[in-house]
Amino acid sequence: MAGPVTGDPGRSPGETTARSEKLIVKSGRERFMDAQRVNLDGFAVPDASLGLVAMDAPADPPPSLVIAAGRVVEMDGVTEADFDSIDAYIARHGLDLDVAAETMALTDTNFARLFVDTCTPRAEVIRLAAGATPAKLARVLALLRPAELTIAMTKLRARRTPSNQAHVTNRLDDPLLLAADAATAAAFGFREVETTVPVLADAPSNAVACLIGATVAAPGVLIQCSVEEAAELELGMRGLTSYAETVSLYGTEQVFTDGDDTPWSKAFLTSAYASRGMKMRVSSGAGAEVLMAGAEAKSMLYLESRCVALARAIGAQGVQNGGIDGASVAASVPSGLRELMAENVMVMARNLESCSGNDALMSESDMRRTSRTLPIVLAGSDFVFSGFGSIQRYDNMFGPSNFNAEDIDDFLAMQRDWGVDGGLRTVAPGRLLGLRREAAQVCADVYRYLGLADFSHVDLAADAAGSKDLGETDTLAVLGAAQAIRHRGLTVVDIVTALDECGYPEYAERTLAFVRARLAGDYLQTSAIFDEQLSVLSLVTDPNDYAGPGTGYVPPPARQAEIDAIRQVRGVEDLRRSQSAAAIPGLLRPVGAASAGTSPRDVVIGVSPALGVDVWQCLSGASVADVLREVLAGLEEEGCAGRVVRFPATVDLGQIGLAAARLSGSGIAIGLQGKGTALIHRRDLAPLANLELYSVAPSVTLELYRLLGANAGRHAKGATPDPARNPYSDEAIEARYHTTVIALMELERARVVPGAAPVELSLEGLR
Amino acid sequence: MDDLTLDAVRAGEAGLADLRIHPETLERQAVIAQQHGNPQLAANLRRAAELTSLPDEEVLAIYEALRPGRSTGAELTALAGSLAARGLPLNAALVAEAAEVYARRGLIR
Repeated sequence: MAGPVTGDPGRSPGETTARSEKLIVKSGRERFMDAQRVNLDGFAVPDASLGLVAMDAPADPPPSLVIAAGRVVEMDGVTEADFDSIDAYIARHGLDLDVAAETMALTDTNFARLFVDTCTPRAEVIRLAAGATPAKLARVLALLRPAELTIAMTKLRARRTPSNQAHVTNRLDDPLLLAADAATAAAFGFREVETTVPVLADAPSNAVACLIGATVAAPGVLIQCSVEEAAELELGMRGLTSYAETVSLYGTEQVFTDGDDTPWSKAFLTSAYASRGMKMRVSSGAGAEVLMAGAEAKSMLYLESRCVALARAIGAQGVQNGGIDGASVAASVPSGLRELMAENVMVMARNLESCSGNDALMSESDMRRTSRTLPIVLAGSDFVFSGFGSIQRYDNMFGPSNFNAEDIDDFLAMQRDWGVDGGLRTVAPGRLLGLRREAAQVCADVYRYLGLADFSHVDLAADAAGSKDLGETDTLAVLGAAQAIRHRGLTVVDIVTALDECGYPEYAERTLAFVRARLAGDYLQTSAIFDEQLSVLSLVTDPNDYAGPGTGYVPPPARQAEIDAIRQVRGVEDLRRSQSAAAIPGLLRPVGAASAGTSPRDVVIGVSPALGVDVWQCLSGASVADVLREVLAGLEEEGCAGRVVRFPATVDLGQIGLAAARLSGSGIAIGLQGKGTALIHRRDLAPLANLELYSVAPSVTLELYRLLGANAGRHAKGATPDPARNPYSDEAIEARYHTTVIALMELERARVVPGAAPVELSLEGLR
Repeated sequence: MDDLTLDAVRAGEAGLADLRIHPETLERQAVIAQQHGNPQLAANLRRAAELTSLPDEEVLAIYEALRPGRSTGAELTALAGSLAARGLPLNAALVAEAAEVYARRGLIR
């Protein structure tokens, strides 16, 4: 979860705050740098007095713990009489006093090393951390460098199998779109879906729509509707939602009280959720106290350490932290991103579920927001995001997440690039539309059956990329539906009945099976999720057993295949098919062995083994026929006569060009590969030398091929050619084309006949 | 729990009561939490087991009473006594402890 992010619309790229009165005259290079998006971000001067410091503020207390007669009488420099309510709750309930003396006697460095040392089992770190005061754990975490945090997270997260959570919301609270988007999120592999509302009273409708949509796509997706506590608890009691995570904790008593709670009210609320069979985690994270001007000059990590110690003390099974709404506050100070990750590791060290943030857009820069999230993806977390924005940024009623709908393919590629499991999977091309239509249709049918509303925009919702694609909708009907759900006291049993009566017994049974599975209570344990067979994966049933290389979670083969098989992959056979679709039968008919030319105007165009056989389209998209026509026309412009000869013995363009030049009456030749790479060669040059080379085949236009022909003609006549400039661009040309090049070269190689003589080809097909 | 079948729903025999988790389930989960190194989670689940006997409205009312500045010390003490008398000793202890700390920290009404 994340609250609305406030930006400063008044700033434009490149605007900077003057650090002094002196006028700065900037170079073009500096003006260019100023215009980059990263300069829209705010970077703060660290100021410990405001709490604008990531770790180790001067006012952070030195760790201390004094126990007398089994009772904590001093903690982190504060005596019992002066404990504030947070200290008091932690001191009475949060520490394992049997191990505390041992823990507090460890030097910070020695304790920090245990987090990273793969020979120290997770259980040992957990045992010792239970006896650490907030100040102690904050100091220890501050010692871990980024690579060490990554190892510590890999080792200390509670659940072996990583997972992920999605935000599913929209500006209109449109139920059909929510259902379609929840189904989409479930199809992509998210195991928790968090919704919220722009209009508070719509909450029951959003919960029902997400429940229906997720159920259509996959069994066992946990649903949350983030609203005010009483309303959220009520939805849970009726079985319409299945977890809660917006129970906020703060690191100072003042801010805690301003948030209208105390450690005891939160402890009670935690039990209240469990008493209704509902999973819950608390929320904290850097920046909240700073934003509320209540940081009391303490560092972000120390205040968060108090929150995490309190989370453990009140008996919550997990914590959502890593900045959350305050992520950009942490990101504005030195080592801020490191602090955010340290928060997550601290949760894991306290043996709690980590829902690891990354749910608020902390930068306008794609590179910075990737940098913030990547280490957590690499390490793996119970939930890598506490809300990946699975929907459009503009539809995210929490405010944009750090990754959003436009980043799903990027994330799937990141998983594949690093060979790690971030919880997501590819959806087979063409499956989404049918799935979304089914989810929207089922939702519309249930709403109609229950007399909640009569919606007919199923096809629009199924196709929509976001709520702006829906046009005018009836938002009053949504409000009416939500009020009806609330006032009629509808429960998940009513939803089951509606699904059954509307002709969806399979979804009815799936919904009911999920309720039964939750009532077994196993999902109240730390880090619990359901897999699609409704088995619980948790600290208890799926404990993390990482102990260095060769141990711990490795995606099982089927899951690894899922991670690897993104929908954009193409192999040689895919290319062979697409090339054969462009085939022109009889284009280059062989007419016999090629002989040496005698005319000084004779220029041979040497072509590669598969050109016009298996390869019909160059990387530029031009057909090989058009390329040859242009080259021949260019030669003709200069009064030369071109002929086309195939060299089946090699795929090497230098060899082809040189061999062609030796057959040419003029001693000048053109070499051409199927992918479109071309050169001009001369019979007395070394194979790798040449007169002109078109190396960037994807960018070579037909005009340039004509120029190549003309220049070859000028060389043949001894005139001065105007060399072509290779058309370089700022595209990632290699990223775009290398895989295709490899496949094209394989098609060429497959047609090689070693030692075969050159073959003269007819020009008839080109006319 | 096993009674919550599609047939039961069709027969109109399933209702809100069938969606409630059983206190014995919570006690069993508390034992598991204790065995897995989290006595605080166990304590929470045991408080939850007690709360299964209270109606939703009362659970929300106790939460409200525990928020800052909502109750006097005497009201919290009385609430603790009432919970203890009705067989919710763990929640009673939580409220009694709150009464004591709230008085010292200015969190009472």
